[in-house]
Amino acid sequence: MVRFILSKLLYLVPTFIGITIIAFSFVRILPGDPVLLMAGERGVSPERHAELSALLGYDKHVVLQYFDFMGRLLQGDLGNSLVTKRPVLDEFLSLFPATVELGLCAIIIATLIGVPVGVLAAIKRGSWFDQVSMTAALVGFSMPIFWWGLLLIIFFSGILGWTPVSGRISLMYYFPDVTGFMLIDSVISGQKGAFVSALRHLILPSVVLATIPLAVIARQTRSAMLEVLGEDYVRTARAKGMPQYRVIGIHALRNAMIPVVTTIGLQIGVLMAGAILTETIFSWPGIGKWMIDSISRRDYPVVQSGLLLIAALVMVVNLLVDLTYGLINPRIRIK
Amino acid sequence: MNDQLNATAPVRLTDAQIRRQMIGEFWFYFRQNRGAVVGLVVFALLVLVAFLAPVLAPHSPTDQYRDALLVPPIWQEGGRSGFLLGTDAVGRDMLSRLIYGSQYSLFIGVVVVSIALVGGIIIGLLAGFFGGWVDNVIMRVMDVILAFPSLLLALVLVAVLGPGLTNAMIAIAIVYQPHFARLTRAAVMSEMKRDYVTAARVAGAGRLRLMFRTILPNCLAPLIVQATLSFSSAVLDSAALGFLGMGAQPPSPEWGTMLAEAREFILRAWWVVTFPGLAILISVLAINLTGDGLRDALDPKLKRS
Amino acid sequence: MKKLMLFASVLAMSAAAAQAKTFVYCSEASPEGFDPAPFTAGGTFDASAHPIFNRLTEFKKGTTEVEPGLAESWEVSEDGTEYTFKLRQGVKWQSNAAFTPTRDFNADDVIFSYDRQGNAENPWHQYIPGITYEYYTSMDMQNLIKSVEKIDDYTVKFTLSQPEAPFLANIAMPFASIVSKEYADALDAAGTREEMNNTPIGTGPFKFVAYQKDAVIRYTKNPDYWGTAPIIDDLIFAITPDAAVRLQKLKAGECHLMPYPAPADIDTIKADPNLTLDEQAGLNVGYLAYNTTQAPFDNPKVRKALNMAINKDAIVEAVFQGAALPAKNPIPPTMWSYNEAIEDDAYDPEASKAMLEAEGVTGLSMKIWAMPVQRPYMPNARRTAELMQEDLSKVGVTVEIVSYEWGEYLAKSMEAGRDGAVMLGWTGDNGDPDNFLSVLLSCASAGEGGANRAFWCNDEFSALLNDAKVTADPAERTALYEQAQVIFKEQAPWFTIAHSTQYVPMSNKVSGFVMSPLGDFTFDTVDIAE
Repeated sequence: MVRFILSKLLYLVPTFIGITIIAFSFVRILPGDPVLLMAGERGVSPERHAELSALLGYDKHVVLQYFDFMGRLLQGDLGNSLVTKRPVLDEFLSLFPATVELGLCAIIIATLIGVPVGVLAAIKRGSWFDQVSMTAALVGFSMPIFWWGLLLIIFFSGILGWTPVSGRISLMYYFPDVTGFMLIDSVISGQKGAFVSALRHLILPSVVLATIPLAVIARQTRSAMLEVLGEDYVRTARAKGMPQYRVIGIHALRNAMIPVVTTIGLQIGVLMAGAILTETIFSWPGIGKWMIDSISRRDYPVVQSGLLLIAALVMVVNLLVDLTYGLINPRIRIK
Repeated sequence: MNDQLNATAPVRLTDAQIRRQMIGEFWFYFRQNRGAVVGLVVFALLVLVAFLAPVLAPHSPTDQYRDALLVPPIWQEGGRSGFLLGTDAVGRDMLSRLIYGSQYSLFIGVVVVSIALVGGIIIGLLAGFFGGWVDNVIMRVMDVILAFPSLLLALVLVAVLGPGLTNAMIAIAIVYQPHFARLTRAAVMSEMKRDYVTAARVAGAGRLRLMFRTILPNCLAPLIVQATLSFSSAVLDSAALGFLGMGAQPPSPEWGTMLAEAREFILRAWWVVTFPGLAILISVLAINLTGDGLRDALDPKLKRS
Repeated sequence: MKKLMLFASVLAMSAAAAQAKTFVYCSEASPEGFDPAPFTAGGTFDASAHPIFNRLTEFKKGTTEVEPGLAESWEVSEDGTEYTFKLRQGVKWQSNAAFTPTRDFNADDVIFSYDRQGNAENPWHQYIPGITYEYYTSMDMQNLIKSVEKIDDYTVKFTLSQPEAPFLANIAMPFASIVSKEYADALDAAGTREEMNNTPIGTGPFKFVAYQKDAVIRYTKNPDYWGTAPIIDDLIFAITPDAAVRLQKLKAGECHLMPYPAPADIDTIKADPNLTLDEQAGLNVGYLAYNTTQAPFDNPKVRKALNMAINKDAIVEAVFQGAALPAKNPIPPTMWSYNEAIEDDAYDPEASKAMLEAEGVTGLSMKIWAMPVQRPYMPNARRTAELMQEDLSKVGVTVEIVSYEWGEYLAKSMEAGRDGAVMLGWTGDNGDPDNFLSVLLSCASAGEGGANRAFWCNDEFSALLNDAKVTADPAERTALYEQAQVIFKEQAPWFTIAHSTQYVPMSNKVSGFVMSPLGDFTFDTVDIAE
């Protein structure tokens, strides 16, 4: 087992180096000059321009800049934002909990609804439930979520006034960050109504973000279930007169869950992409919006290090999924 | 081995007959999936609309009627008969823009899938066929690309290349291409071990012939399924890029771009927000339905159950 | 530890919260930081310079006139190069969990505040890697200020290298905010210099409490404020970049006041009985600058003819949704010396066509540059360019619209030999006409690194500006600037588009808000009815 994990980890090293090269080189060839952006309509004299470029280290050869970048990276220094002048890592960490909270909430919604729907649809294959839910899943899978989010805002916030338009919690409540997760911090703060407020703010964005993963999970669960239900041992169990719920609960479900767990784990990439759009629509102060803003402001260090951090994160989660998969499915491990 | 062949193929069929039989079988399975047929019909309609846009559209997609800013759809109070689905903020006819928008979406889908497919197949064939370090290097590069969330990578790529439709398509194609490369490689590797490949090799088939004439046709099924999937994702992702201001640029009537322009009117003019999104949803749904049907018809494992 | 202390103060705050008046402002953008000196965005100043800090001179509320701030009075030497400021006494610095001041504001703070920006040797010049003082540099303060001397604890003398009429307005700008030397020393000792930018200490009407990145900034009233104390107890900035969302929050009562509504929403706001809408012509101008060095645009008559072909009112209607004043001069009407008497070129395609033909210009095709982003002076450049394109096609001019990524756009539009006319604009910094005319249209700014995108160099015009700059008498200066505007109109280096109107929607409960012609948002005089 240790060898399995080690080999997996070793395998990540070249990928990670590749990621740093991509993150670095992409950003270094971005058009647009951060120095000019800082000056805006005002313009900047050539001398001042050279001075500022030197200050920011953009006058060196690109390869040298890469080694500088890697050197600092190894010391845990991801550079400073050009806009706020603060360390990128600080900024990332202060926004990260918001995205994680949103993402976790979305994945929980997607799993809690998607798995039962998929199982039921498989059991009642061909029924109206199967047809309706699978059609809905396909609609969800095809959904442009940036539009879906706008529709939900128009309806629930605009027309019905049930949910707040944006933000993470009502401004009435104020408590210091402990975990960075609004739901947990609001409970810790002990302020009445804070938790409910946080929940109400979270609900629309997480529903929007959950849409595509929910559809994928429901579809995947259904097909995994169908496959398992067709296997010989399930048929045997049935033939032996085992009650339906036991057949499904013990044999089918457990085996069907292996690919489903993988599917859920692999949704993180989808979630990150979705977070960019969801956070933009709901003004959610998280990583996705931060990246979009930084790209449009040409905040080189933020885009660079942000890309790197996100890719590393996806990589680590994928590794964890791989490992879990290896744990529950010994056949893989032996290979 | 000869005995076996004789046993399973008592009658010799010509290539054309086999092909016709295969298509017939495919159509038989495809037809069974009602959703797929509906999807295909809608998709065909979309193609038709795209091709006939100049005939169908009542107005030019860029003509601005300055006396008709933000006119609501015809059935709503204040609607005008000239503008079936209303007009946008500079007085352009929504319906005409939506009709012309279908050209963009289909064009984007076709271009992205073609680039990704061709690139992916070549890369996958190379990796699978040569193996060894070539395979290793290629697959690590693919891993790196796949490590980034696709939309984020596409966004940064577009930022690098400059916002615009062409660059958005290139960016999306680059991001999708590893999927095709992986599939091709996996298929090639499993096919390489098959008898017919060995046979062809023994018979003295050249490498290129082996790659493209012998192996490739046998791994087409998963590629076709992946291609339809990518087609619909391409439409979605390009619309998302347009929405974020990085895709097609105004005034082109690309649906995502239209949505981005419409955002400021969200409270005032629901039609400028609703229709472009609906158009995206319907076309992506149609393609996905068709894709499901294709998968069912091409995937022998599901055929059985 | 810091968190705990913060928590304690929060508890104290919430205990008193029962009868506290909390004012929520839905701000448009996250502040870049809280030290006003290194940054340039208006949103940053609204969050730092205005609530937390003061300057030697201040803009009188609602005007661009200069009044005493931390300096009670000043004397200007005969030759206009020496400014001696008498500082206000008994001004208390704010405190926070980590810092308690031991002394009042004095001359050391003033010297420190300027020296750290202008003197590269000052240890605080680069207290965060990569920090620069863009405003200080771009206002040319490093060349203008020869020295800042302490005469005594409450007297400071500035020596300038030349007489500069706008100087008193310059030092009322946010970048010239006075920071505490004692706080800087304390941070130095603690090794936490970056806190200067994260947890600011000032002398202003509000104290900084906390900032949650991209979400919320919290302030509380400064009980020791030297001026008139604010009426509200707590001030909250809810950062909401999307205009439609801001409006929805305002309607839902989640905030009391918001900046920059979408032009499309103005009518809705006016119709809403629960909302009030304040409006004022903004201190800005949007323009289309011809390349006056490129044929045939080097001919003033051709430029004039093109100006007459474009329907300005249609642009104001379709792009600004009426929320702008058609511009005839390069400076906005809220600015002193605006020349009322000038008449705008009439929209007349026929005459325009005839003029072009008379100049021998037929079958002209040109490029119009449209910036890719929304700016305060131009909500949608692309849409404007499309309208111009259609208008110009009617006089036989073919227009190709080009656009680049914003940074590139700014750079390429200043490249000598640029092809085509470029759309851009300007928002005033200090309310002085010099800040528009010299920056945008003088010979000096027509070269590399300047901002004169018409590359227009008219000796007579530039001479008038230079005279005005060294003249102290406002009446004389006014006359000079008015004359300059006449020349501008004759020569038509720009098609002046519009001065966009500033709208500030607020809840009916809000009273006492004063719009600033400079576009600042300040809340020390606001009140809310329960």
